[in-house]
Amino acid sequence: MLTEHVHIMSLLGTAEEIVGRKKFQKVVYIGKQLGMPFHEKYGFHMYGPYSEELTIRLDELKQFGFIRETHEECSGYSQYRYELAESGREYLTKTTRSWTCHDEKVVVDELNACTSKFLELMATILYLQPASKEEVIERVATLKKTQNYSLADIDEAYALIDHWKQSIAKATLTH
Amino acid sequence: MQGNQIMQEEKVFKDPVHRYIHVRDQLIWDLIGTKEFQRLRRIRQLGTTFLTFHGAEHTRFNHSLGVYEIMRRMVNVFEGRQHWNDENRLLCLTAALLHDIGHGPFSHSFEKVFDTDHEEWTRAIIMGDTEVHAVLKRMGDHFPKEVSEVIEKTHPNKLVVSMISSQIDADRMDYLQRDAFYTGVSYGHFDMERILRVMRPTEDQVVIKQTGMHAVEDYIMSRYQMYWQVYFHPVTRSAEVILNKILRRAKVLYVEGYEFTQPPHHFIPFFNNDMNTQDYLKLDESIIYYYFQVWEDEQDVILADLCRRFLHRDLFQYVEFDQNFILNEWSDLQERFRRIGLDPDYYLVIDFSSDLPYDFYRPGEEEERLPIHLLNRNGRLRELSRESDVVEAISGKKRTDHKLYYPKDVLNAPGFSEEKRAIIKILQG
Repeated sequence: MLTEHVHIMSLLGTAEEIVGRKKFQKVVYIGKQLGMPFHEKYGFHMYGPYSEELTIRLDELKQFGFIRETHEECSGYSQYRYELAESGREYLTKTTRSWTCHDEKVVVDELNACTSKFLELMATILYLQPASKEEVIERVATLKKTQNYSLADIDEAYALIDHWKQSIAKATLTH
Repeated sequence: MQGNQIMQEEKVFKDPVHRYIHVRDQLIWDLIGTKEFQRLRRIRQLGTTFLTFHGAEHTRFNHSLGVYEIMRRMVNVFEGRQHWNDENRLLCLTAALLHDIGHGPFSHSFEKVFDTDHEEWTRAIIMGDTEVHAVLKRMGDHFPKEVSEVIEKTHPNKLVVSMISSQIDADRMDYLQRDAFYTGVSYGHFDMERILRVMRPTEDQVVIKQTGMHAVEDYIMSRYQMYWQVYFHPVTRSAEVILNKILRRAKVLYVEGYEFTQPPHHFIPFFNNDMNTQDYLKLDESIIYYYFQVWEDEQDVILADLCRRFLHRDLFQYVEFDQNFILNEWSDLQERFRRIGLDPDYYLVIDFSSDLPYDFYRPGEEEERLPIHLLNRNGRLRELSRESDVVEAISGKKRTDHKLYYPKDVLNAPGFSEEKRAIIKILQG
């Protein structure tokens, strides 16, 4: 039953914590594009791909007491910290999981270490596929004008996406 | 404009929500005539809702025309105003008309089971080898792509995008009124004429003049009511649960090599996950119903029973549940269902609000979605809930819901009485 919820909890269990709603949104989106079994539907919004379905799913998990959301004030702005709650861990140990997120730990940790701004760029690049890199550069410049991404940022994003795709393919093969 | 002509005679559609839908552009008229657009006549706007509210038989066709009409009126209001470029008129009208062209029959369940996305089909229909694409291309090689980008919300003109997709846009204003009209409920009504009069274009979004705040409050409250009273109606969700399980069962049987009495030709590309646009366009609700009628007589008892339930509206009952139930009772209940001969994968279903395609306005916490902005006399923008006590009042209210669905009739039938009594006790909490 709770398959989609369990996938989100598995991700959070692997990441240990995710700080920021925007970061959570982008980590799941990029993970989905890299082949992780997330089925949340995404549309393009102010900060790139965003899923209302994921927002509500997180609300549901909070309501069940399976995840903890902590509101923090940090240098003049507020952010939310997400962690698995005890009952969430208990549920994960009790349930049979088709996907644990263990094989993807390295990728998840690297994703989680990126800034939200950089994740926004990577998620946007993935959303614009299958456009060519030239077209992506042009569209990022207009769609993400205020973020001022440089060409070096875009190159780095492409390189990381490739690196993660290979890591996941390798982990799948090894598995 | 190149590729479009203003027709000598205006065409009008009689419409119960907007009274008349006016068409003067040859481009719009020709798009309405394409087979891909006409197909929308065979797809209900609210999927299974007609099983709860019998009037809800309206289609994606009616709705798409309605969104076009609201967009046409919005464009008329914007004409001559700062930030509005009339060269975008046809782009707006076309995107409004075609925004749902990729929807299929019962698309919510269909997309979940076959892992497809109506927005991707929209792009495929607009950009692929279709009549819609041929008509759009008359406006220039770039025009289909521009229309597709507006619908996908990746077009650089954010004002145009916000007219069709934002928290107060042509799409929502039509479906709220249309769904209210056809379901027969009394909520869902608001003063759209007033809202249109106070809408103003800015560089990157549509905003509302402060003086129109009360009309917007009505719109937000009607959206809130429709969400809980119509879109989340538990009976509709029961029908949706069964529909979803029928499609899943048929897919599982096909993958396992089950021999259907009649080969499900229309579904096979979807079962095999190698469908193309033409396969998708062949589907409509009459096709789905045809197979459900055929499957009602299949040898597979699960498929036959689920189809019978859907066709004859013998739906599942529901109960509420809590965290304790998931942690402690769920596995036991599944096992008990197996013992009485019911496969819990098909007969014991949890349905969450996150499984549904509707959302409501979350005052003050829109996150990545652009909130509704009011424009005050000094030209400053303020987020709606900061100005409106009414809207602020629904801020932070419950927005999730979950229910457990099961066939109560089977539990009340003779046989396995002791086990069934135990199940009923668990379900009653």
